[in-house]
Amino acid sequence: MSGTLQSGSETSGPPLLKTPLHDLHVSLGARMVPFAGYAMPVQYTGVLEEHRHTRAKAGLFDVSHMGQIRLRPRAGHTPQEVALAFESLVPINVADLAEQRQRYAFLTDEAGGILDDLMVARTGDGLLIVANAGCKEADAERIEQAAGDVFEVERQFDRALLALQGSAAETVLAELFPSVTDMKFMDFREVTWKGAPVTISRSGYTGEDGFEIGLPAERAEELARQLLAHPEVAPIGLGARDSLRLEAGLCLYGHDIEPTTSPVEAGLQWAIQKTRRPGGARAGGYPGAEVIGRQLVEGVARQRVGLRPQGRAPVREGVELFADEQGKRKIGCVTSGTFAPSLNAPVAMGYVETGCEAPGTRIYAGLRGRYVPVEICALPFVPTRFKR
Amino acid sequence: MSIRYTETHEWVRLEGDVATVGITPHAAEELGEVVFAEGKDEGLEVVTGDVVAVVESVKAASDIYAPLNGILTAFNEKLTQDPALVNSDPEGEGWIVQMKVTEPQQWEALLTPEQYKARHG
Repeated sequence: MSGTLQSGSETSGPPLLKTPLHDLHVSLGARMVPFAGYAMPVQYTGVLEEHRHTRAKAGLFDVSHMGQIRLRPRAGHTPQEVALAFESLVPINVADLAEQRQRYAFLTDEAGGILDDLMVARTGDGLLIVANAGCKEADAERIEQAAGDVFEVERQFDRALLALQGSAAETVLAELFPSVTDMKFMDFREVTWKGAPVTISRSGYTGEDGFEIGLPAERAEELARQLLAHPEVAPIGLGARDSLRLEAGLCLYGHDIEPTTSPVEAGLQWAIQKTRRPGGARAGGYPGAEVIGRQLVEGVARQRVGLRPQGRAPVREGVELFADEQGKRKIGCVTSGTFAPSLNAPVAMGYVETGCEAPGTRIYAGLRGRYVPVEICALPFVPTRFKR
Repeated sequence: MSIRYTETHEWVRLEGDVATVGITPHAAEELGEVVFAEGKDEGLEVVTGDVVAVVESVKAASDIYAPLNGILTAFNEKLTQDPALVNSDPEGEGWIVQMKVTEPQQWEALLTPEQYKARHG
């Protein structure tokens, strides 16, 4: 057989980095794999079970490989100036983001492509960015170039980040942090836990209610063990994280979004507030603004869609999509695809030519020399359960 | 009854000229939960290394290769309803395809259980 048998035992390349929870993962029996330069747990008991556990109860994810980047004003400057300066990198309204609130954002390039997707929180003294592991150093450099004398950039890459996700997340976390019950989706707080500075946001990337908790590396295992001691909480690996985020219709950087895709093609225009769009009070001013502004007005030639393969076979990244059953007219490509445990059926996302994107449209995926029917469908595949 | 293995983690059981093929427990464990399996058409003539089936886990798709030359005679239809049999009973109920072997002397080139175990635990 071919496939993934070597994935867990790569021996070439630089040594893998370890998150502060590495030893805990190993002690819990995780299968560790290389991911974005880190040794990360792909699964503990099994992807399907972990996925279902997260939706039914609560899953604890180690996302410490992601980059936490602090932006703080330099002397003589204000947090508001930091926010405005950061807007030169993103098509997002950061200046009007209330303190203790978080927002989804992305860095763009001059061609309007997506360089990374981020979470941006307004802290009391500036901004806290969470960036993808594989992009974090490049992001930090890019942000530094935009900083001028307005703000300084602190790479908090050694801090841990845990995500507690699922229907029981609030009940569980409230035992340690009672005030989280007052938080709404995308609220952000800075608290102290046994003397350690901790950040909490009510967010995540599973479509479930949940929290992301940032803390010093040396305290991470203690907190993780406390959360895992709760009978509702199980450790969850990257495998289930991927199927959960796909069911939630969320983009995975490097797959569904990348420098060759624009935010408008990716269907992320909801994240571009009116203020930053053509005609808005602070329109443009970010890399690729001309391209993205034009796309917002005139539309795009291809769009990201949800895909439901009609058979049982998963339709994965790279599979080509066609308008017809004979595979004569190619109209797009799959960018993420897997088996959706919550639906007990395959799901995928991809890009198709504009005109083919309406939910219900029947298209065909080229799969091992055959053309299997696929229905375009609305995203998310599984309704999100954020606490608005 | 004898069983042999390939370098690519298939097992083969030969009874007369009928070979039953599946993936090893080691491979099933590494692949993760199988969610889909599909065989090539019965009657297909294959040589060693040809794809005879595909199994897909939550993580990835893997081709299953013919360990011997022959003609495909069956796909394990139980896997259509319950693909996870590949994980729960890889060397039994979770077999994947059967084939009629045309060059039985190829058997000798396959790994013995001891050889496979020495390589892959």
